[in-house]
Amino acid sequence: MSLPELGPLWLSLQLAASATVVLLVLGTPLAWWLSGTRSRLKPVVEAVTALPLVLPPTVLGFYLLLLMSPRSWLGGLWVEVTDTTLTFSFAGLLVASVIYSLPFMVQPLQAAFESLGRGPLEAAAALRASPLDAFLTVAAPLSLRGFLTASVLTFAHTIGEFGVVLMVGGNIPGKTRVISIAIYEHVETLRYAEAHTLAAGLLLFAFVVLVFVYVFNRRLPVHVA
Amino acid sequence: MSPEHDAMGSAGTAGSGTAASPKPEARLEVDVRVAFGAFDLHVEQAIPAAGVTAVFGPSGSGKTTLLRSLLGFEAGSRGRIALNGDVWLDSEAGVDVPPHRRPVGCTFQDGRLFPHLDVAGNLRYADRRSTPEPGVEASITRDDVVDALDLGPLLDRRPHTLSGGERQRAALGRALLSRPRLLLLDEPLSALDRRRKAEIMPYLLALHPRFGIPTLYVSHAVDEVALLADRVLVLAEGRAQAFGGTVEVLEQLDLAPLTERFRAAAVLEATVSVHDDEYRLTWLDLDGQRLSVPRIDHLAVGESARLLVRSRDVSLATERPSPTSIRNVLSGVLVSLHQDESTAFAEATVDLGSHRLRARITRASAAELGLAVGSPVFALLKSVSLDTRAGR
Repeated sequence: MSLPELGPLWLSLQLAASATVVLLVLGTPLAWWLSGTRSRLKPVVEAVTALPLVLPPTVLGFYLLLLMSPRSWLGGLWVEVTDTTLTFSFAGLLVASVIYSLPFMVQPLQAAFESLGRGPLEAAAALRASPLDAFLTVAAPLSLRGFLTASVLTFAHTIGEFGVVLMVGGNIPGKTRVISIAIYEHVETLRYAEAHTLAAGLLLFAFVVLVFVYVFNRRLPVHVA
Repeated sequence: MSPEHDAMGSAGTAGSGTAASPKPEARLEVDVRVAFGAFDLHVEQAIPAAGVTAVFGPSGSGKTTLLRSLLGFEAGSRGRIALNGDVWLDSEAGVDVPPHRRPVGCTFQDGRLFPHLDVAGNLRYADRRSTPEPGVEASITRDDVVDALDLGPLLDRRPHTLSGGERQRAALGRALLSRPRLLLLDEPLSALDRRRKAEIMPYLLALHPRFGIPTLYVSHAVDEVALLADRVLVLAEGRAQAFGGTVEVLEQLDLAPLTERFRAAAVLEATVSVHDDEYRLTWLDLDGQRLSVPRIDHLAVGESARLLVRSRDVSLATERPSPTSIRNVLSGVLVSLHQDESTAFAEATVDLGSHRLRARITRASAAELGLAVGSPVFALLKSVSLDTRAGR
């Protein structure tokens, strides 16, 4: 059995970890806002957030490709600032992954925040905690399970993405050839042994991660308000 | 001023201030309106910021909404709220101080301790965020609070391992450690059974004398109000129905329909005249009539004791009864008799001179005795509760 190169695996892990971190930073405030707002914009924002769940990856990938091309405002700006193109680059993959995996971060977090109810936050406010203070010291610790679930789903979903990556990133070894693309390529070129190794590895990885999450989730204390 | 204002102002009794001009004296000015759906709350009342003021009324009367408005949790609040001249809400001037900048401490019906922190952590949360101010507030230390509420054995316990009473005690401690200038207690006993209530009552009674924080005590239980409060604000259907000293307000006749469902009672203030060591009794003087109660060790002769007499514990007779096991018989004049045709009961009010008693008797007895307003009657007190606050 010939060993496949591990580059694509490494790239996938990097991409998934980066996307998870970026989404923790961007998705948390968004989920927090959604969980507490009475704005009439809420359903619109929720719909936009959920779009990646229902759109075919090729549709999303197509529009992202247009958005990132050097001729669009975003792609053009990127070229001006970084002197590289956003398409067919790791940065482009990251942007695409963040959008593609957005609902997997926002929805579990929003559900976790909503299940807190207003009680703990009002109690914190009555004890002079500012809204940010109350979020960091009460809402976030009480939503640990939500953060764990959201992070794992985001990470795993980013590892598994294929269509969007192919549209936006192409298949450049070391730059945009992530594991799912590598498997596809191995199958296309009839190198089943390598495809097998990567695919089985991914399967095992997914299983181990999920077992870890479920065990850890059980250990986390359940907070009953 | 709207017609509603006038109606409400006239319903108020002693101490109701109608002037809205800010004065830097120790008082809580409330002129607040909260509307949602079919319910609207409109309370205009100046409350002295001292002692314990009960906010009393049946469920749905707006007690909790008023409290939440004071805390800043009711976004739809309009009007004015100021404590000792510090304005928290003035919707005309565009002032609405956010909840975390209002120096109010509160406990909620369900306690609301932080489940991810132990009791010590919950206390620390309040302690760290409250800025000790000169005066009364600065004197509150963690050790004081732990001592006053016996929290020592609970410090390393998580909230979900505490009983309901323990939870309320921890929540009270946490609220005190936020060193508030006003303490709001939202039915701290309502979620507890009778035994737990009895457990926590002594702590509540000791709270104000020890820490001296002006307190609003929300309750729909007349016995709690009678024991704890110096004055009472009565709410019904979102309006202030009465305001004044506890004794006077609870005696008021027009409260009968409000309190009936909640075990109506009267409060009597009597003077200790003699302690009887042989039978372990204390004799009290009430406008020249004598009462005896189980010996009150902490009151000296000449001190006054507050008694709570539930209307269901009062029987009436038209002649002084021949010897019975009931020790306390008071003579008075029947001043009103409300018969509720839909039930078996009638609510009688007996004037004892400077006090009034209420008796819940059956309509059949009222008819058999031929009770008539203005006729002399004897009230037989089956049981009397004592306010143990004095002398603690």
